[in-house]
Amino acid sequence: MSSIRETSSAPGLALFAAAIVAAPFLLPDYYQSVLIVAGLFAILSMGLNLLMGYAGQISLGHAAFYGLSAYASGILTTTFHWPVPAGIAAGVVLSGVTAALIGIPTLKLKGHYLAMGTLGFGVIVYIVFNEAVALTAGPSGLTGIPRLSAFGKIFSTDREYYFVVWGTVFLLFVLARNLVRSRMGRALRAIHTSESAASVLGIDVARYKAFVFVLSAVYAGIAGALYAHFVTFISPGSFSFHASTQVVTMVVLGGMASLWGAVAGAVFLTVLPEWLRAIEDYDILVYGAILVLTMRFLPGGLAEGVERVLSALASIFRGKAKASGGEGKKP
Amino acid sequence: MPFSSILQFIVSGVTVGATYGLTALGFTMIYNTTGIINFAQGEFVMLGGMLAVFSMKWGGLPLPVAVPLSVLLVTAVGVGVDRLTIRPMRGRPTVSLVIVTIGVAILLRGGAMLLFGKDTHSLPPFSEGPAIPIGGAALLPQSIWVLGITLAVLVAMKLFFDRTITGKAMLACACDRKAASLMGINVDVMVTVSFAFSALVGALGGVILAPITLTAYDVGILLGLKGFAACILGGLGNPFGAVAGGLIIGVLESLGAGFLSSGYKDAIAFVILLALLFLRPSGLFGKASADRV
Repeated sequence: MSSIRETSSAPGLALFAAAIVAAPFLLPDYYQSVLIVAGLFAILSMGLNLLMGYAGQISLGHAAFYGLSAYASGILTTTFHWPVPAGIAAGVVLSGVTAALIGIPTLKLKGHYLAMGTLGFGVIVYIVFNEAVALTAGPSGLTGIPRLSAFGKIFSTDREYYFVVWGTVFLLFVLARNLVRSRMGRALRAIHTSESAASVLGIDVARYKAFVFVLSAVYAGIAGALYAHFVTFISPGSFSFHASTQVVTMVVLGGMASLWGAVAGAVFLTVLPEWLRAIEDYDILVYGAILVLTMRFLPGGLAEGVERVLSALASIFRGKAKASGGEGKKP
Repeated sequence: MPFSSILQFIVSGVTVGATYGLTALGFTMIYNTTGIINFAQGEFVMLGGMLAVFSMKWGGLPLPVAVPLSVLLVTAVGVGVDRLTIRPMRGRPTVSLVIVTIGVAILLRGGAMLLFGKDTHSLPPFSEGPAIPIGGAALLPQSIWVLGITLAVLVAMKLFFDRTITGKAMLACACDRKAASLMGINVDVMVTVSFAFSALVGALGGVILAPITLTAYDVGILLGLKGFAACILGGLGNPFGAVAGGLIIGVLESLGAGFLSSGYKDAIAFVILLALLFLRPSGLFGKASADRV
């Protein structure tokens, strides 16, 4: 898992951009709303993937950062009539600052304290969403949130919103890719391989981990605010522990330390239930089984699976080429 | 607020806290032999209560049979979890093992939901009888069972770790797994034993708590978290600290629910947990400070 995986190349990015542009024209209209949700989850899992795949830490409270931003932006724009971009900015900042408050002390500790700390934090936030009725409207949910608008333009159709969300996915993908390839990315991989070795080399382990945790909460905050101004109605149920495990499952299935994997895992696990209506009641079992089986048999997730299939195909192809005329001997 | 109500909060807090302590004990044992935090610990507690309820409901078994049967079944589940998921993944990074226990927790919870449904259930108390008045507070007979069983588990554990070879071998694993294995201790077996024990004490906690609070397929998340908070409070890895931590959290939670707000009752344990992680991660009774990076 700690191997340095070629994250993407320029043609890969161009293909990704082309796929994003083409998808709404190729798929039935219904899929636009599904893909919007998939895009939001892709943002969430890219952020969590940076934390799990590169810093080797687990957050079981990402739904809380997602929800904090959604509620902050929803309340500010609805109750206090802030303009939507200001609400979104406030929501994202709130998620990031909260993560810093939790992460900085917790990540100084070795081990998996962050997982439990964030799990506890997620539960507290979920309780507050339900109980602070005056602010959040409690279990019945906050209604009448305005759709996203900026510079006098309201993004009212699903197609427009699709491009907003997936445009954001693309930008955040490039940002994460550059980060992973930078000095910081190398430092993070070193931390993942051995914290002691990394710190001997002069890497401030706690600071790097806290930075990635805050960044992953900012990603969650962006997704949360975009979610609130898409569905225009939010209730605590969307931000429960179950949602946090969903994101963890997307990261694990896609492949830790693979940004493509994070996007693929998110899209796959959002679209799959649409096809398999029958598994609706069993989805909790499916998530659990995916976590256990992926970790047990394919620890690198889909990304590793695809790599294995490709290299198997390549070796078959090479074998054939050799058999049919010694092409393999070319210098 | 009259003294009798404060006493009442303390009595019910100690009762519930004892079961948090048992959950915490389960965390401690697995942590000591493997170094991982078992996120499925709360599900063992849930299964203990639910299996007892349903072996009475479906199997028509009387309570004195259903309770030990349920505890045994959950112990078997604990061994199964180790053999099917943890042992085959030996040597893999801790983060992978922790993720696997999260997956196992979801599977157990989902399985219980499909098998037993989403309703809440209760178990009859272990013995009939009126509440015993003490100083204006009422002590339920079930509370005596809870405290008695918790105490018995603690004494049994103390004897096990002090007087038996297996117990000492487990302690050796907790100190240093590599050294223990060089001394001829079969670490794999010790890990299995620790999973069996964790499941056993977890299930015991669940089964003695079920007559007091209701039980359902999803109680494991909160119970597990509170057990973990108790662990940290008592100092991770310290079994007696774990039980003491459980009692303290139970009492604080009960007082908090009484004085502040019952809606935020469940948040109290986590506020304590977060505060501890910030201020004193080695816990109240931790000997060494938790490793800092």
